[in-house]
Amino acid sequence: MHSKHLIVGSSHAALEAATAIRFLDAEGSVTLLTRDARLPYSPTILPYVVSGRSEPNNVILRDETWFRDNAINFVPHATVIAIDPSQSSLRLDSNETWTYERLLIATGAAPVLPPVDGLADFAFHVLRSMDDAIDLRAAIGAAKSAIVLGAGLIGMHAAENMAKAGIAVTVVELEKHVLSAYFEPRASRIIEDVFVRNGVRMLTGRTIVGVDGAGDRCLAALDDGRRIVADLLLVCVGAKPNVRFLDGSGIAINSGILVDDRMRTNLPNIWAAGDVAEAGSLWGGKVVNGILPNAVEQGRIAGLDMADDSALVPFPGAVPLNTYSFFGQQAVSVGRGEAGVDCEIAESVDDEKSVYRRIVFRDDQLVGIATINDFVDAGIMWQLIRRRVDLSAVKAAFVADPRTTGRQLMSQLWR
Amino acid sequence: MGTCFSTLQFRASRCDGCGDCVIACAETKSAAGDLAHSRIRIMPAASGEGFELALCRQCADPICVMDCPSGALAKNGDTGVIDWAEEKCVDCLLCTAGCAYAGIVYEAEVGHVTKCDLCDGEPACVEACPHGALEYRTEAQIFNVFGDKEDLFCRGLAACHGCNSELLIRHTMRMVGPEAVVAAPPGCIPGMGTVGYNGQTGAKVPIFHSLLTNTATMLAGVKKQYDRVGRKVTAIALAGDGGTSDAGFQSVSGAAERNDPILFICVDNEGYMNTGMQSSGVTPYGSWTTTTPVGGHMHGKPTEAKNLPVIMTMHNCSYVATASTAFLEDYYKKLAKAIEVAQTGMAYLHVYAPCPTGWRFPSSMTTEVCRMQVRTNFIALWEYDPANGLRFTHPVENREPIGNYLKLIGKYRHLDEEQVAHIQRTVDDKIAYLQQLTQIAAARRAAQLGVTPTAPLA
Repeated sequence: MHSKHLIVGSSHAALEAATAIRFLDAEGSVTLLTRDARLPYSPTILPYVVSGRSEPNNVILRDETWFRDNAINFVPHATVIAIDPSQSSLRLDSNETWTYERLLIATGAAPVLPPVDGLADFAFHVLRSMDDAIDLRAAIGAAKSAIVLGAGLIGMHAAENMAKAGIAVTVVELEKHVLSAYFEPRASRIIEDVFVRNGVRMLTGRTIVGVDGAGDRCLAALDDGRRIVADLLLVCVGAKPNVRFLDGSGIAINSGILVDDRMRTNLPNIWAAGDVAEAGSLWGGKVVNGILPNAVEQGRIAGLDMADDSALVPFPGAVPLNTYSFFGQQAVSVGRGEAGVDCEIAESVDDEKSVYRRIVFRDDQLVGIATINDFVDAGIMWQLIRRRVDLSAVKAAFVADPRTTGRQLMSQLWR
Repeated sequence: MGTCFSTLQFRASRCDGCGDCVIACAETKSAAGDLAHSRIRIMPAASGEGFELALCRQCADPICVMDCPSGALAKNGDTGVIDWAEEKCVDCLLCTAGCAYAGIVYEAEVGHVTKCDLCDGEPACVEACPHGALEYRTEAQIFNVFGDKEDLFCRGLAACHGCNSELLIRHTMRMVGPEAVVAAPPGCIPGMGTVGYNGQTGAKVPIFHSLLTNTATMLAGVKKQYDRVGRKVTAIALAGDGGTSDAGFQSVSGAAERNDPILFICVDNEGYMNTGMQSSGVTPYGSWTTTTPVGGHMHGKPTEAKNLPVIMTMHNCSYVATASTAFLEDYYKKLAKAIEVAQTGMAYLHVYAPCPTGWRFPSSMTTEVCRMQVRTNFIALWEYDPANGLRFTHPVENREPIGNYLKLIGKYRHLDEEQVAHIQRTVDDKIAYLQQLTQIAAARRAAQLGVTPTAPLA
């Protein structure tokens, strides 16, 4: 089989790349290969499928009509096992071979499994695919207690949803505070308190060292010697780029596939984007920035470059960014929370009301902002950081009311 | 062809921050009218002067849609609105990260994200705005209607950079359609290559290059022959202002007086622009042209332009109207009437065509110049027919000072204050005169209906 543009993967990066290619190349064949059985969906939606808020069939990102209308070939059940760049070809587990002119790798990430004794012998859960979500949803129906190992976004979402379903949940997190990738300790504590108030047991600075899966219950041994028992174990300590099938291909990989600011890998005619890619950070160096808006942007850039867009605006650099709703409350985090010696911090906290705001400046430019129950327009904050807007003239106003000041700056600078 | 969408336009210069739009939106979108429910937000500008807004732009490449993991946001292919499906939304707020314009936002009082949905095509904010700062622009629908119709001119017309005449004639002939015969007397329109050969160059319909002096008469004769053989066509003249107001005038005037069934379009660029920018009968007072130069003795054209469209109404022909390419919806309405009328009587359209080359302004500014002609009342948009008299189709409230128009254009650069004041007086006089005509028409309609006119005869 042959496709001019061949894309491995079918989530946000892959879909935006396909859309971008079609935008510029009306004729060339475009094919998406995915090992999944389903139409495209977002990994971000999975906790909501677990909770029952979203139905698996109601969250697809593109339907058959879209693929037909855009003449894009969608191939499910297609697991790529090897790539041969010298032949511009790849092989599926069915032994089928595909050749390409241009290849995009957008295979996303897979759950990291920590080295815990006995884990392999127990039927624990992970949450990365729709099947995982459906399995977990079924298991919740029968469970009365659960352990969530890892307090990242997926773990926290899942813990919340299980708690709402009436399950006794224990969250075990190795870091001193939850959501450490996005929030500083003080903010994390506010979020943790909300979880505790809603009946979730939070064990931070702890990890599981052994699992005894004898019987159908999970007996977990903590590193402080305590033991906890639960009907269900969800492991979500992080995700790592899906790159194992690239072994021996010659594609340069660090944590993820190393790409330049056009999402090009070290090999000609091969691009990578999304959670599998390791691209430039706004502050130098390269990072895997495994968040949805990042995948969208990188997928789009890769697609435009694959279709030879001469006016392409290269990737300006990754910025950590997230929006997080928990128990009806809202947290937003854009940019860097940690502050170097050359940074200036404006922080205001009301623990009683669970309201928090932390703004980090460097050289009168915004480098990070995080809020809880104090909504700011994350998209505008993202632009202020990226554009390195000089805030010296409006800093006091920005600290007092980042939302209004941000909108004023938007209006003035890029409306 | 794709689809074009209607859109909300905000004119910051007209906004005084009264907040009526915010209230109207909140009242439309929530029973209690809580301002948190408003999808339009007005705030003082960062500069401290004036106001700005945050509102969904219904982007063509909406990042909010791309960033939505649940499929709750989608660009509606029929309306152009980014639709939000409450039942699919999971309140993750990632859309707010994708939007750089605060067009989709979260308010704790509301409990979910909100965004503008254009009120199904009747935006409450536009209705509520007392200053005209918000407008609902529907011109794009023209493209939906006419975009798929055949362009009756071939590619490669060689009009000057920024000329709106090419735009105008391509638009016009799309609506007129292929059952047409075109007369094009000497001027920019044949000069750009419209009188072509065999449908391979120039026009794809029969087109002939009449003399400057006989266009209307010759076209009326051609039309008569088509009528005689029983073929229904629109006989249309695409003439310049020289070919209409000067050497062409006696034949135009005669055709109008006889009410010959033709559509005569005068594309007015205020002079003989393709032969070296000489002055014509409709060149305005003060204009620099090569025959009305600026020097020690002369300071541009010393006499006034004759008001050709008003003169045409005095012939009592079936339909007369003025138009601007900055107001295409208005033009299309008039063109539709003119096409219909031209089967039985004469329709005359006077369309203004600012000329970047001859008037000395940047080619990117043509539409802005067109717009400013209307905003300053330098030209007025109106229509006339013998039964109903004259009627403004785009009355201008609070006209801008004429200086705002003149300063855009190089041919007026030399004007002194006195000349500008003179032009302002003639512009105001001309509008006052037209207003008199509209009041006469209104009084006549009122008399026919047996009521007293409400408009004072001031």
